[in-house]
Amino acid sequence: MDLDLPLVWAGIIALAVLLYVMLDGFDLGIGILFPFARSPRDRDTMMNSIAPYWDGNETWLVLGGGGLFAAFPLAYAIIMPALYIPILLMMMALILRGVAFEFRARGRTRGKAFWTGAFAGGSTVAALSQGLVLGGFIQGVTLNGEAFGGGPFDWLTPYTLLVAVGLTAGYALLGATWLIWRTEDDLHGDARRWAWRAAIASAALLVVVSLATLFVHPQVAARWGFEDGAFDLARLALLSPIPLLGLAGLGLVVWGLAKGGHVAPFLGSLTVFVSGYLGLAVGFFPNIVPYDLTFRQAASADNALGLMLVGVAILLPVILAYTVWVYWVFRGKVGADAGYH
Amino acid sequence: MEFDALVLSRIQFAFTIAFHIIFPSFTIGLASYLAVLEGLWLLTRNETFKTLYLFWVKVFALSFGMGVVSGVVMSYQLGTNWSVFSAVAGPVIGPLFAFEVLAAFFLEASFLGVMLFGWKKVGPGLHFASTVLVAFGTLTSAFWIISANSWMQSPSGFAGTVEEGLVAVNWLQVIFSPTFPERLAHMVLAAYLTTALVVAAASAFRLLKDASETESAMALKMSIGMLAIVAPLQLLAGDLSGKDVREHQPAKLAAIEAFWETRTEQPFHIAAWPDRELEGNHWELSIPKIGSWITGGSVETEIQGLDAFAPEDRPPVFIVFWAFRLMVGLGLAMIALGFWGAWTIWRGSTARNQAFLRACVAMGPTGFVAVISGWIVAEVGRQPYVIYGVLRTEDAVSPIGAGAVSASLLAFLVVYAIVFSVGALYILRLLAEGPVAGAHEAPPSQDRPPGWALGAAPEDPGPPDKEDR
Repeated sequence: MDLDLPLVWAGIIALAVLLYVMLDGFDLGIGILFPFARSPRDRDTMMNSIAPYWDGNETWLVLGGGGLFAAFPLAYAIIMPALYIPILLMMMALILRGVAFEFRARGRTRGKAFWTGAFAGGSTVAALSQGLVLGGFIQGVTLNGEAFGGGPFDWLTPYTLLVAVGLTAGYALLGATWLIWRTEDDLHGDARRWAWRAAIASAALLVVVSLATLFVHPQVAARWGFEDGAFDLARLALLSPIPLLGLAGLGLVVWGLAKGGHVAPFLGSLTVFVSGYLGLAVGFFPNIVPYDLTFRQAASADNALGLMLVGVAILLPVILAYTVWVYWVFRGKVGADAGYH
Repeated sequence: MEFDALVLSRIQFAFTIAFHIIFPSFTIGLASYLAVLEGLWLLTRNETFKTLYLFWVKVFALSFGMGVVSGVVMSYQLGTNWSVFSAVAGPVIGPLFAFEVLAAFFLEASFLGVMLFGWKKVGPGLHFASTVLVAFGTLTSAFWIISANSWMQSPSGFAGTVEEGLVAVNWLQVIFSPTFPERLAHMVLAAYLTTALVVAAASAFRLLKDASETESAMALKMSIGMLAIVAPLQLLAGDLSGKDVREHQPAKLAAIEAFWETRTEQPFHIAAWPDRELEGNHWELSIPKIGSWITGGSVETEIQGLDAFAPEDRPPVFIVFWAFRLMVGLGLAMIALGFWGAWTIWRGSTARNQAFLRACVAMGPTGFVAVISGWIVAEVGRQPYVIYGVLRTEDAVSPIGAGAVSASLLAFLVVYAIVFSVGALYILRLLAEGPVAGAHEAPPSQDRPPGWALGAAPEDPGPPDKEDR
């Protein structure tokens, strides 16, 4: 049996990025919501609810980047310079919010205030820059042969700004619904109100971004049935499960919020993210650098992909198993004094 | 010098990786130390070990956090600034990075959560297992990253050219490139030494204030034992690594020793002022003949000088020569400190020997200095190549403008300055408090507001001991 190694690896990278967006999404969301908390104690609880997980969540970002380098070196070598500024902005933001987990607990009055701000600001800037990276990727990258051939600000357009705001709203929704699940009392109540607002904003922005994406490249429009001024209903119908899944996710969020459910809103938000992710992916697939380089052209040597696949086949199930175990160990509602400091 | 994207990218990479390596060199050793402490506590039920564990785990959390965030940067910076390198080398060393993420990063990150927050959530056995897995993860990470770096120093097991792309032909030769085993041993021992020196310095600082603090006396003895054994071993590992350099990177060896002329009976330069313009040393303080003996095993061995390489293939000499001497000088001081400490233990005077305790405090940061010096020797010494003999650094850079790189370099300088100074302040503050302060009298927890009734209550010191259950 011959495995289609590049296709398998495209799937693995896609899975890593999706897991990153969902997992780090909710913990970046906590940071985005930080300024709205009513007391330092609530902020402690919010941070404690993610403290045991954030490092593992962020590791999926390293797998996304490292995996892209390893499996599709050419794509990595084009995308990274093309999105230089937003990627490094994201790194700085992740540094500041990452160290804030420890530093905020160690700081005294001024230090604590500074790192509270750094956590909120860093999380928000990281979310916005991830949106810019995503938008810049979707709108396409200018090539010069097999290297990046565009300018340093190609990524900055109204479309990418829209995606940045949309992704940030989505992360806020993930964060708020996570808090509904994992906290109680006043904070739980606040989280419900945040979730309502974030859900409305996310739904509106999702619609706007989806429509705007149809205009970024003819290939995307064609995938969804709009080609040469004509409309092909059959194509849209074929892809309709994707938007329907998003609608179902939103429905679950709204139903959960209205009925007072604790887990349903979070599961609903995750579903919305899966739908949005698939919806964007069908637009540019099989390109790995939209819209001129396919994943097959960018793939590493077969022997490298094969060797790594052995590693993934053994290690990925183990990683998923202990990740689930860690989430299970720290299950249940979280209080302000769950830290170890 | 023109500040183009190449020079700026080199400065940025050197700065960010030098900043990053500070933390792994400390946390690799500290994770193993924590595993030993927790194991000893479970075995002996001696509270001293538990107090030490709960103290050093806080220092670990602070350092590890800084190591993680500065490490994520590295995995993206290869692409943002060195895209040609990434495209060329990806098919060969990409898998090594992938294995580092899969086998080490997830393990460390996931079980760190249990290690820090699981003290009251899982049983002592599972908690100990988590600590051991984190320690194992740090060593696994060192394995893969040193493997990748060693391949770049002494590439083997591949075919192809830069133009047509490289491809691996023998994975074992890629992973275990000729210089890898010695370099891995050298780095892991360096990490253990760095940790031992920090633990010794912090404990000595406490003992200078209060010679009766049993926890600090215990930690000091443990780190002396580590130093006395590992510092001499490190000399051996370093020497083996040097032999590799002579075989695989003769130009680097010539720069390390400031040999300009290929000859037998090379002198050993204790100090010198090498100058590439001059193609010689302005002045030198040397011992005749034994340079050949140290590097080649016999005064009759012919050792290549820099004259064997075209000027454009020579590494910078001054910085490599002096970084090497700084590293070796500090290494010798570490050996001396280890023996001195062993002697005080034999005399039973360790905790009261003021001169020795002061020396320990003074030597505290030298592990970091030696590690960075060693990496300067390794990385500057292999210039002008990024993949030795295969790809030149100047050909590896991304097609980006100097403006973007200046901006990111400036931002890194500011962000890292804040993170480093605050992190160092918090760690030093913790170290000054010592292991006992947080364990017994328990100051009001900083996590709790002052008005809160339980704010003044002592913190739960951990799970009840077995006898209590």
